[in-house]
Amino acid sequence: MTDLTTLEADVLAQVAAAGDLAALDAVRVSALGKTGSISGLLKTLGAMSPDERKERGAAINVLRDRVQTALNDKKAALETAALDARLASETLDLTLPAPHRRRGSVHPTMQTMDEMIAIFAEMGFAVAEGPDIEDDFHNFTALNFPPKHPAREMHDTFFFNTKEDGERMLLRTHTSPVQVRTMVSQKPPIRIIAPGRTYRVDNDATHTPVFHQVEGLVIDKGIHMGHLKWTLETFLARFFETDAVTTQFRPHHFPFTEPSAEMDVQCDRSGGEIKIGQGTSWLEILGCGMVHPNVLRACGIDPDEYQGFAFGMGVDRLGMLKYGMPDLRDMWASDSRWLSHYGFSAFAAPNAASGLS
Amino acid sequence: MKFTLSWLKDHLDTEASATDVVAAMTMAGLEVEHVTDPASKLAAFTVAKIVEAVQHPNADRLRVCQVDTVDGRKEIVCGAPNARPGLTTVYAPIGAYVPGLGVTLVEKPVRGVVSNGMLCSGSELEADDGSEGILELSNDLAVGTPAAQALGLEAVIDFEVTPNRPDWLGVAGIARDLAAAGVGTLKDLSIAPVPGTFPCPIAIKVDGDACPVFAGRLIKGVKNGPSPKWLQDRLKAIGLRPINALVDVTNLISYDRARPLHVYDAAKLVGTVIEARLGHHGVNGDEHLIALDGKTYELTPEMSVISDAAGERPIGLGGVMGGESTGCSDETVDVFVECAWFEPIRIAQTGRATGIASDAQYRFARTVDTGSVVPGLELATKLILELCGGQPSDIVVAGEAPAAPGPILFDPAYVGQLSGLEIAPERSLKILTDLGFTIEPPKDVSTAAFATNAESVVCVTPPTFRRDVEGKADLVEEVARIAGYGELPSTALPEVPRAVGGVLTAKQARARTARRALAAGGYAEALTYSFTSRKTAELFGGGQDVLMLANPIASELDCMRPSLLPNLIDAAGRNARQGFPDIALFEIGPVFFGDRPQDQKTAVAAILAPRAPRGWDKAPAENLFDVKADLLALLEEIGAPVASLQTAQGSASSWWHPGRSARLQLGPKAVLAEFGELHPAVLKALDVAGPVYGFEITLEAVPEPKKKAIKSRPAFSPSPLMPLTRDFAFVADKAKAAGDLVKAAAGADKALIDAVRVFDVYEGPGVPDGAKSIALEVVVQPRDKTLTEAEIEALSAKIVAAVEKAGGKLRS
Repeated sequence: MTDLTTLEADVLAQVAAAGDLAALDAVRVSALGKTGSISGLLKTLGAMSPDERKERGAAINVLRDRVQTALNDKKAALETAALDARLASETLDLTLPAPHRRRGSVHPTMQTMDEMIAIFAEMGFAVAEGPDIEDDFHNFTALNFPPKHPAREMHDTFFFNTKEDGERMLLRTHTSPVQVRTMVSQKPPIRIIAPGRTYRVDNDATHTPVFHQVEGLVIDKGIHMGHLKWTLETFLARFFETDAVTTQFRPHHFPFTEPSAEMDVQCDRSGGEIKIGQGTSWLEILGCGMVHPNVLRACGIDPDEYQGFAFGMGVDRLGMLKYGMPDLRDMWASDSRWLSHYGFSAFAAPNAASGLS
Repeated sequence: MKFTLSWLKDHLDTEASATDVVAAMTMAGLEVEHVTDPASKLAAFTVAKIVEAVQHPNADRLRVCQVDTVDGRKEIVCGAPNARPGLTTVYAPIGAYVPGLGVTLVEKPVRGVVSNGMLCSGSELEADDGSEGILELSNDLAVGTPAAQALGLEAVIDFEVTPNRPDWLGVAGIARDLAAAGVGTLKDLSIAPVPGTFPCPIAIKVDGDACPVFAGRLIKGVKNGPSPKWLQDRLKAIGLRPINALVDVTNLISYDRARPLHVYDAAKLVGTVIEARLGHHGVNGDEHLIALDGKTYELTPEMSVISDAAGERPIGLGGVMGGESTGCSDETVDVFVECAWFEPIRIAQTGRATGIASDAQYRFARTVDTGSVVPGLELATKLILELCGGQPSDIVVAGEAPAAPGPILFDPAYVGQLSGLEIAPERSLKILTDLGFTIEPPKDVSTAAFATNAESVVCVTPPTFRRDVEGKADLVEEVARIAGYGELPSTALPEVPRAVGGVLTAKQARARTARRALAAGGYAEALTYSFTSRKTAELFGGGQDVLMLANPIASELDCMRPSLLPNLIDAAGRNARQGFPDIALFEIGPVFFGDRPQDQKTAVAAILAPRAPRGWDKAPAENLFDVKADLLALLEEIGAPVASLQTAQGSASSWWHPGRSARLQLGPKAVLAEFGELHPAVLKALDVAGPVYGFEITLEAVPEPKKKAIKSRPAFSPSPLMPLTRDFAFVADKAKAAGDLVKAAAGADKALIDAVRVFDVYEGPGVPDGAKSIALEVVVQPRDKTLTEAEIEALSAKIVAAVEKAGGKLRS
């Protein structure tokens, strides 16, 4: 048996000495290959007697299994070492910056508008639209501004040049023409808001020549000023997302509503910034009223059968109040730093489940 | 409009403070702008008496005074020549802020003598009495009396008058509303006529256009001059300058009763007829008037002109401003008083044309009480006689005042119906009565609208000073605002059936999706004005005459924008000049192609100016294909038929780089979007460094997917068979669009070919000059059985044939 013992020691020594997978494979071939030393021993079994073969065969098989195990173990060890070496060579400095990826944003005014639409949609308001370039009828006459009335002058209207036929188009000074377009084209009951751009010849820290309004209009039988008050109170409480929004209704005058009102929200003006939901000051935030019978008539609706309310609010201004932007003009300046500072995530779409922003 | 509390109390019996009055005004609809309260400004200043005044040891012009003050006896150095023992004046302690000097008093020696306070002049208290030296007050005033009280200074309330309420341009009108609101009791506002003592020697002529009604009278033998102190104080308190008694009376009545008047020095009139007529072109050209403000105005046929000398000489701009030639002075002895009524629109236009915004013009433009023509003249007469003496003539009136407002049939229950207020009919009618409305039983209530409750209907006639009230809704407002809007209920809107699938239209929903998608894609949303300059608009296909503003806010903002791109590019330029050139912006907003509603479209545009800082990874900057990817992803997101879109290379508009731009279209007349690199010449004109890439989608051009009745989708049935790929290389003309070859390959067998990908574009050795090699990977998806080798060969042949037909030649 000594020859087997010697052979085993020899092969195992070769296995141990193999420095890489190729060397190890050479050892395998020299031992277990077709012409290998152990394979050669197995070939000698045929010439032996059955008893001798049984004993000798078992011994050779044990030898072969031991060698095979040693080869497998060595192979695994060499593979692990090779992987370790590769991994060590593949190290990346992960403190290096990741590739530049742009972060987009939604403009705060558009976010505010989406918030308003979300709140009013919840109250059953549809969204109506109208053109920015309007005619005198929709912007003024149908809204009960008598021709040449001083109230028209107060609107600081942008005009286009008068045409040969005397028509002079203008940029709508409010979203109220959409009221007219809606009432002319659909029958009550009506419950709409109309968000959009509006224009006045005005440019300072609190006025920009272009700004956004959301108009509201509800026409039905039996809609009264109490409904208007509830609608706006409910809207403002939800919009400002604080528990303590206090509002007041105050008489005012608009040609297209009667009675007319302005709504103030209680705020704190000490310390240079305006905080809603605290303090003792009042801040005017919107105009509203019951749709004037003349407006209903101009739109073909019988004021003795239907009545309703309308309101209009400045989107940019309400956004400023809610989110603390100090200057209206910045909203139109497209400064990339400002947009990123005051902008909203694409995924902050207002909804009833997760809140407005 | 300004007034003081004491003036208000002439007409309103009340104990209310200025704060109470302001609160009541606000709730009645008078928007108070601010309250100037001298009492708070002068809180530190009190009355004091000089006990002794001796020559300062070191200064000729200074006196050292011993003064009894609210703080005890003080030694005060004073430079005023009238500082003398026994004088009652005003004392300011150390630490007081002196408004007229803008300084806070500190204790410091004056030429070696410490002054423990200051004795004040009128100007130092911003209560200038025109005199020199320190104030000389009545000796009856006790030491320590607040200076504001001693000087008769009081709070001035400044408020905004809405154009519907010209009656609020008089203090009496405010008193009436406040009395109705329960702040006090209205005093008698009636005016007693002053009988004339002789016939008026001056005749009045009006034409109905220039002036519907004109009343006047002569007052002989007046003694004009400065008006008494009470009148001067009253005018000065609200910021008016006293002129002389006759003029001050007209100003007083203008602010007291919202009734403008005019006074003429009768001695300066030419002829005995005053005529109100429209301006005309005289023989020597246009008419002109030198008005009381010393300026010369051109008189046009739209203006109401007051004239004398048989209509030849203009002596006033009716309802706006009198002429210099006939103005009253201290020497005036005979005065002719005018009390007329002018058309609001004419006066408003005259105000705009001349730029004159006088108190009279402001009131006439907003409608003066048509019932005040003769009473206003009587009140003026009474005051002139009181202040200046004289003999009044009879009153002459020419023309006729517009008819008084007619009655309104009114059911008090309508208050509740329109406002939601629960209010007793008697209270509603009481409010209307308090506001000057007349309530009578109706003469005829046969109209159907009142058939059900005819017995409660009344007939309400507005007073002549409330021509704004035209119908029953106006009456509801009167009741509601006086009852108080705080009383309005808060009533939930009735529930209505909700629209299925949300309230937005498809276009609105798409704009909303586009906004969120672009923001998620790394673009920052900007808002830019709807206008640009005509020059810029022209670069982008706009600038039509109908889109030019007649009164732009600036010449570079004079034209409606035809595209969102120029303003976004401009914004990129501004950011670059501030040091932030790397930018990706988008906007969703209106663009204009004409002035009709259908000419306005909603565009979605984005620009990318990639100027990313250098990176360690040497990653290439974003390029036009990134923008194309963003555009296609966005179109996919808003439900555009992306698979059917043609990329029409080289057919985009002139503001794009001609070789690096394309249209995405369903056909030549159905263009959804354009994209590309902006034309370098356009960027140069906008002063922005390139490259700038961008796209612009017209939302209206994106067809809406068909609405389905139900939301369920077709069943998912993936093929169980593995897809396989085959590669082809084609040689084509260099100018050949790769997209044409892709489209041809994809169309070779639409049932089997799932996708065609370009995996290489090569020019160089091995490819003929002027040609390029385009390598395509075709993904084949077997449908119901594994393809045989022969079937695959046949498909390959079909692909090659299709591409060769499209201009590619299989590379051998």
